[in-house]
Amino acid sequence: MTATIVPDRVPIWRDVRVLQWLFQLIVVAASAAIVIWLYGNYTTNSQSLGIPTNFDFLDNPAAFEITGNEMSQNAPVRDAYVQGFLNTLRVSVAGIVAATVLGTIVGIGRLSKNWLVSKMATVYVEAIRNVPLPLFVVFGALAVVLGIFPRIQEAWEPLGLMVISNRGIAGPWFTGSGRLLVLLGLVGAVVWWAVARWRRSVSDRTGAPANSGLWGGAAFVVVLAIGWFAFGFGVTLPEVDGRRSAGGIRIDPSFFAIFFALVIYTASHIAEIVRGSIQAVPKGQGEAANALALSGFQRMWYVVLPQAFRIAIPPVGNQYLNLIKNSSLGAGIGYYDITLVTQTTVGNGSPAVPAFTITLLVYISISLVTSLFVNIANRRVALVER
Amino acid sequence: MTAPVLRTPAGVWLRRNLFRSPVDGVITVVAALVSAWVLYKTVRFVFVTGRWEVIERNLQLLVMGRFPAPHVLRLAVTVVVLSAWAGVIAGIVHARQVRAARADLESTSWSRARVLDLGERFWIPGLLVLLLLALTNTAGPWIMTAIAIVAAVVGRLLGPFLGRRIHGAVGGAILTIALAAVPIGLYLYVVDAVGFGEWGGFMLNLFLAACSIILCYPLGVLLALGRRSGLPLVRVVSTLYIELVRGAPLFVLLLFANVALGFFVPAGMTPSTPTRAIVVFTLFTAAYMAEIVRGGLQSVPKGQFEAAKALGLSPPRQTFLIVLPQALRNVIPAQIGQLISLFKDTALAGVAMGLFELLRVSSAITQQPDFRGQGLIGETLAFGAVLFWTVSYTMSRESQRLERKLGVGTR
Repeated sequence: MTATIVPDRVPIWRDVRVLQWLFQLIVVAASAAIVIWLYGNYTTNSQSLGIPTNFDFLDNPAAFEITGNEMSQNAPVRDAYVQGFLNTLRVSVAGIVAATVLGTIVGIGRLSKNWLVSKMATVYVEAIRNVPLPLFVVFGALAVVLGIFPRIQEAWEPLGLMVISNRGIAGPWFTGSGRLLVLLGLVGAVVWWAVARWRRSVSDRTGAPANSGLWGGAAFVVVLAIGWFAFGFGVTLPEVDGRRSAGGIRIDPSFFAIFFALVIYTASHIAEIVRGSIQAVPKGQGEAANALALSGFQRMWYVVLPQAFRIAIPPVGNQYLNLIKNSSLGAGIGYYDITLVTQTTVGNGSPAVPAFTITLLVYISISLVTSLFVNIANRRVALVER
Repeated sequence: MTAPVLRTPAGVWLRRNLFRSPVDGVITVVAALVSAWVLYKTVRFVFVTGRWEVIERNLQLLVMGRFPAPHVLRLAVTVVVLSAWAGVIAGIVHARQVRAARADLESTSWSRARVLDLGERFWIPGLLVLLLLALTNTAGPWIMTAIAIVAAVVGRLLGPFLGRRIHGAVGGAILTIALAAVPIGLYLYVVDAVGFGEWGGFMLNLFLAACSIILCYPLGVLLALGRRSGLPLVRVVSTLYIELVRGAPLFVLLLFANVALGFFVPAGMTPSTPTRAIVVFTLFTAAYMAEIVRGGLQSVPKGQFEAAKALGLSPPRQTFLIVLPQALRNVIPAQIGQLISLFKDTALAGVAMGLFELLRVSSAITQQPDFRGQGLIGETLAFGAVLFWTVSYTMSRESQRLERKLGVGTR
C-alpha cells in the first residue's frame, strides 16, 4: 500500500480564500481606477477650461423667473433649486393620486363582467402602455393645451366655476391663510382618528356596527366647517380679466400637460398591476363573499381589494418611483421642476457637473425615501407567516 | 358522436354580458355612448379631418432622417440581408428544437392552423408595412419589401439545413461567429457611406435600442452575479451601482451626458451625440437588467447549485452552465419588457440631446414653411405613436408566445 503524501497546506495559488480575496481586490481596484480616472479627467478638463468644481454658484443670483412662484430675479440659485424641488413634488404627488385612482378603476374595469366595459379598459391599457411617454408629454403640451383648449378670449367657463383656456386652467380656491388651513386639516385628521377609534371601541363592547369611517369623516367635516367660519376663510372664483384669468387658483398649462401625460401613462401600468393582483386573490375568497350574501361592491371593497392590495404594493410602489422620475420630462415642455431649474442655471453659466450632481442626488434621495415608505407599507400589510 | 354545439341566442348573450342588472344597463349605455363618440372621432380623424399630406411629403424624413438619397440603396440592402438573417436564425432554432424533441416536425408543414397562426402573429406589423408602402410614391420600397420577404422565406428554409449540417463545437462556433458578423458587417457597410452622426428618424430609434440592449446585457448579468455574490466587496460595488442608477431619471442622465460627458474623458476624445445616447442607455438599462436577472437567479432552486457543486464543477462553470441558463429562461418576459421600455425611451434622445429621432422629427416637420401654423402636431404625433405602438405591441405579443413555448411556469 502506497501512502499518498498530503501536503499540510494548499499552495497559496490554489487556496480558495486567497483567490476570493484576490478577485475582490481586483474588482474594487478596477472600479476605483475607473472612478479615479473619470474624476481626474474632470478636474483637469475643468481647470484647463477655467470652470469651477465647487458649489459656490448656489449663492449667485439666479437671474430667471419661475412661472407661478414668487421669487425675485435676484434670489440665489439655491432658492430656485428649492422652488424646482417643490414643483417636482407637487406634480409627483398630484400625479400619483390621480394615476392610482384612474389605474384602479381601469384595472377593475378590465375584469368587469360587463363585456363593453372590459373591452374598453383593455383597449385603453394596450393602446397607452405601448407608446412612449414623451409622446404624451408633447401631445399634452402642443395638441391638448395649444390645439384643443380655446384662447383666453373665448375661454370655457363651465358653471362659472372654472376658466379653461390655453393660458391654463383656473378653478375656485379659498382665501385666507394657507398655513392655517393645513393646521386645521391636521387637527381634523387627529379628530377623525380619535372618533374612529372611539367608535371601534364602542363596537367592540356593544357589538353595534362601528361605521368608523362615516363618524370620523363627519367629525372631520364638522371641525373644518367650524374652523372655516371661525377664522374667516372665503372662496374666490376665477374670472376672465382681459388676457388672463384673475382670482381662484390657476394651474399652469405646462403643469397640466405633464400631469396629464404622467397620469394617462402611469394609470395604464397601474391598471395591469391591479388586474394581476385581483386575479391573484384566490377565487374562493370571492365565492365565500358571495356565500355571505355580500353585494358586488361589498365583495370587492371588503374582501377582494384588501387582499389584492397586499400583492400590489411592491409593483405599484415601483410605478410611483417611475412616475416621480418621469416627472423630470416636464422640463422638456417648460414646467419648472428641478430638472428645468438645473438646465436653466447651467445655460446661464453655472458649472454643469456640480449643478447636475445636486439634481441627481435629489432624485436619488426622493427615490430612496419613497422606496423606504413602500417597504414599510409592504411590511405592515404582509401576511405574518410562521 | 360529436359534442353538441351550444349556441347562445343573441338576447341571452346581451343579458349576460351587457344588461345583468339595471345599474349594469346604465353603465353599458354610458360606456357605449363614450366609446361610440371616441370611435367616431377617431375614424373621422383618420379619414376626414386628418390632413395627412405632411406625413406623405415627409415620410422619408420620418423613417430614415436626412439619409442622403444616393446611399438609400445601402439601407435597402441592409433590410433584405437582415430579413434573410432573421429567417436563417429562426430556421436553425427550429431545427434545434426538433432535434431536442421540443417541437414537432409537423409544425413545418403548411396546415391551415399554421397559416392562421402566422397570420395572427404578423397581421399588425404587416398592416403597418402596407400603410408605409401605400404612403410612398415610388416603386423602390415595394420592390425592396418583396425581395425582403422572399429573402426571409429562403432563409427560413435554408436555416434547418444549415443547422443540421453544421454542428459540433467547431461548426457551432463558426456558425455563431458568422451570424454575429452579419449585423456588424451591415453596420460598417451603412456607416461607411453616412457617418453615424447623420442618422435619424425611426431607424435611429431602432438602432439606439438594438445597440444598447446588446451592450447592456453582459454588464447587467455581471452586475446581477456581483450582487448575488458571496464576496462582500463585490456585492457592495454592484449594489451601489445598481441602486444609484435606478434612483436617477433617465431624462436627467441624458441631459447630463449631453452637457457634461465631455468633462469625464480626456480632451479630444469627446464622443458624438448618438454615442453619448448609447452610453447612457446602456449604463442605465444595465442596472435594470441586473435586477431582472437577480430575480431569475433567486428563482433557481438551491438544489441546482448544490448539484452542480456535487458534480465538481468550478464556480464559474456552476454559474454559466447550470444556474444562469435556468435563471435567464425564468425571466424572459421581464427581459423583453425591459427591452420594450428601452425602445420606448429612445424617444427621449430627441428632447434631451437634440438627436433627430422620430419624436423630434414629428414635431419638427410641423414647423416647415408649407405646414407651419396649421396645427398639424396631432397628425404627426399620431403617426409616430402608431410606429412605436406597433413595434412595442408586436414585441410583447412575441414575448408571451415565447413564454408559452418555453413552458415557463408549467414545468
